Amino acid sequence: MARSVSKGPYVDAKLESKVLAIAEGKAKKGVVKTWSRRSTITPDFVGQTFAVHNGNKFIPVYVTEYMVGHKLGEFAPTRNFKGHSGSK
Amino acid sequence: MARISGIDLPKQKRGEIALTYIYGIGSTTARNILDKAGISYDKKAMEWNDEEQTAIRNIINSEFKVEGQLRSEVQTNIKRLMDIACYRGLRHRKGLPLRGQRTRTNSRTRKGKRKTVAGKKKAPKK
Repeated sequence: MARSVSKGPYVDAKLESKVLAIAEGKAKKGVVKTWSRRSTITPDFVGQTFAVHNGNKFIPVYVTEYMVGHKLGEFAPTRNFKGHSGSK
Repeated sequence: MARISGIDLPKQKRGEIALTYIYGIGSTTARNILDKAGISYDKKAMEWNDEEQTAIRNIINSEFKVEGQLRSEVQTNIKRLMDIACYRGLRHRKGLPLRGQRTRTNSRTRKGKRKTVAGKKKAPKK
């Protein structure tokens, strides 16, 4: 079931404050490391690079405006299936 | 003969059913259209006079996206998902189900016909 609209999109509070600090120029630009795969990408995130944890590594994700409304975790796959041993 | 939004000409059927032959119009939309045009659901498509046909045509043109336009919209939506490389986009690329269904068995609609793998052991019978 979808999230109630009245609540607004979910963004991890800590992550949001970090992004806003960069947008306001209080913090210097750079990759934001995060484990918060469940956070929704808001328009403030556009143009930022995030290092999203996939359970093993941090996957660099550069956010474009088409990604708004998706979650960060959608861009850092947790399973990496390369094919069965026999098949080439 | 009724010819509405391009190529579709179903005729022997009741209007309610005939309209669903257009891509993008299901039974609910078909009924809404006929209600708006003031035509009985049971009237066959061939029995519509010119006036009724234009009424239906106008309603579809002004309120609904059908056929080619709708198909291209769906395609661009899928393309967007693939371009941003999100999970659903990756599943589209691989031709696997998008919404977390199991793929160990079933999901033949997305995967297509079974491809037999040579040398694969069958599960032992108990």
